[in-house]
Amino acid sequence: MMRTVSVAETAPSTYPWAVHAEKLQVRAGRHLAVNELDLRLGTGVHGLLGPNGAGKTTLMRALATVLKPAGGRLTLLGGEVTGRADLRQVRRGLGYLPQHFGFYPRFTVREFVEYIAWLKEMPKAVIPGAVQRAVERVGLADRADSRMKTLSGGMLRRAGIAQAIVNDPAVLLLDEPTVGLDPEQRLDFRELLREIGLDSCVLVSTHLVEDVAVACTDVVLVSEGRLVWQGSAGELAQQGGTDDAGDSATERGYSSLLRAHRGRVSA
Amino acid sequence: MTTHPTSTLISQYASGGAGVDDATIWAVEAHLETCAACRAVLTDAVDPGTRDLLDRVADGIATGIATGPGPVRRHRLLRTGVAARVLPWFVTATGLMLAAALFEWTFDSLPSLVLLIAPVAPLLPVAAVWSRRLDPAWELTATMPRTGLPLLMRRTLGVLSAVLPVLAVAGWFTGHSPGLWLLPVLGFTAGALALGPVVGVERAALALTVAWSAGVVVPSLADGQLPAILTGSSLPGWALATVALTAVVLGQARRRPHEPHQNLLHR
Repeated sequence: MMRTVSVAETAPSTYPWAVHAEKLQVRAGRHLAVNELDLRLGTGVHGLLGPNGAGKTTLMRALATVLKPAGGRLTLLGGEVTGRADLRQVRRGLGYLPQHFGFYPRFTVREFVEYIAWLKEMPKAVIPGAVQRAVERVGLADRADSRMKTLSGGMLRRAGIAQAIVNDPAVLLLDEPTVGLDPEQRLDFRELLREIGLDSCVLVSTHLVEDVAVACTDVVLVSEGRLVWQGSAGELAQQGGTDDAGDSATERGYSSLLRAHRGRVSA
Repeated sequence: MTTHPTSTLISQYASGGAGVDDATIWAVEAHLETCAACRAVLTDAVDPGTRDLLDRVADGIATGIATGPGPVRRHRLLRTGVAARVLPWFVTATGLMLAAALFEWTFDSLPSLVLLIAPVAPLLPVAAVWSRRLDPAWELTATMPRTGLPLLMRRTLGVLSAVLPVLAVAGWFTGHSPGLWLLPVLGFTAGALALGPVVGVERAALALTVAWSAGVVVPSLADGQLPAILTGSSLPGWALATVALTAVVLGQARRRPHEPHQNLLHR
């Protein structure tokens, strides 16, 4: 059956950046975990790097519209998220994998992804096909009808990625997606990221610098809730000198930038 | 298009359209999509090699469909809610009601326990369907377009449709007028939903349960008689309160249906 392409699908986007934060402040409890952060992300795979407690997860939650910003401006897909905005349209274009991926143990993978697709207000007719495609893309097709409580950690992570990509999101937010994946799955995952990053904005939060070096086109470095550096993965590798800590050029670049930032803050 | 292309043109189309301009080819193609008679002419016009190839492909697809896995059955029921997660709370509420009915039947000198407990019985499962602690996928639910009050009301309806039959059995068993238990149940449920956007559904349910227990259940057990609030004369009051609270909830859901209702999921 041929599908009619709607006007909305072919319309050019009216916003320059899929994610645009200006002086963004987000609280985690009482602590201001994201403090006056400026960020602009367009199409591509962006790696979000930073030490523990840098505010990565809080930033991800704010971008996923779980947390309301405490100050500043946040625009997702051209729609303002701050204030009393209508989030429904923006949320239809989002995909999110939380750091602690909660699921219903008695659901099968297919049921869970279907349920999420329904919550994402996808048209009824396209849901079964979209679910099958998402499950196949993460390599879980043979376990699609197993209950989620029978899956291993890596499989659960992949089921989490499947629910995030089921609606072909324009902004895909993955918080620590490679935890629990074995090396081969990690390679497949990077391939999937590159594929999705061709026409969507993907933000991957990770503490594994090597993931960023190979899978990401762009690197965002945050520390203490602020943006420290943003540039391409190649530029990050050039930042480091031979005396910086780290086993690879990217790691040396990472530690060099962090050290320089700490020097600036304490000075 | 009413005129059919000539058979010469169709065979030229079938052989790759050499010597015919693009616009004519497009017109022929557009016509073929809608005209079965011309498609039949096209079938005869293709060379045997191509026809053989098409037959083999069709055969391959047909065998694939016949031998492959069948279409997956859809489980619509799971969609309506998080049945598995709420089950323990529903069982608790049911057990409570049945114990109250049994107690009342055994000791008829005490005030009616069924009437005293019924109003707060559904609050337990209602709080459970919208709780950060009990819903493992709360973080995902919070980022969905189909979240907020409308989804909560849908889940609440599911809870009520399970709890009300139990209450009906307990009410019939102890011989109370249906209005005396049904209206307080609906009133308290609507009250919890109306308070939800202000303090969070979980807290609202807890506060209502505590207030009802301290203000009505304990004093009437101490006095040994039913309070005036649970006699036939207060039915109009209950009806009025239920209608008013339901109107408040519907009004909130209608006024801002897409409001994320962050507060519904308190922290």
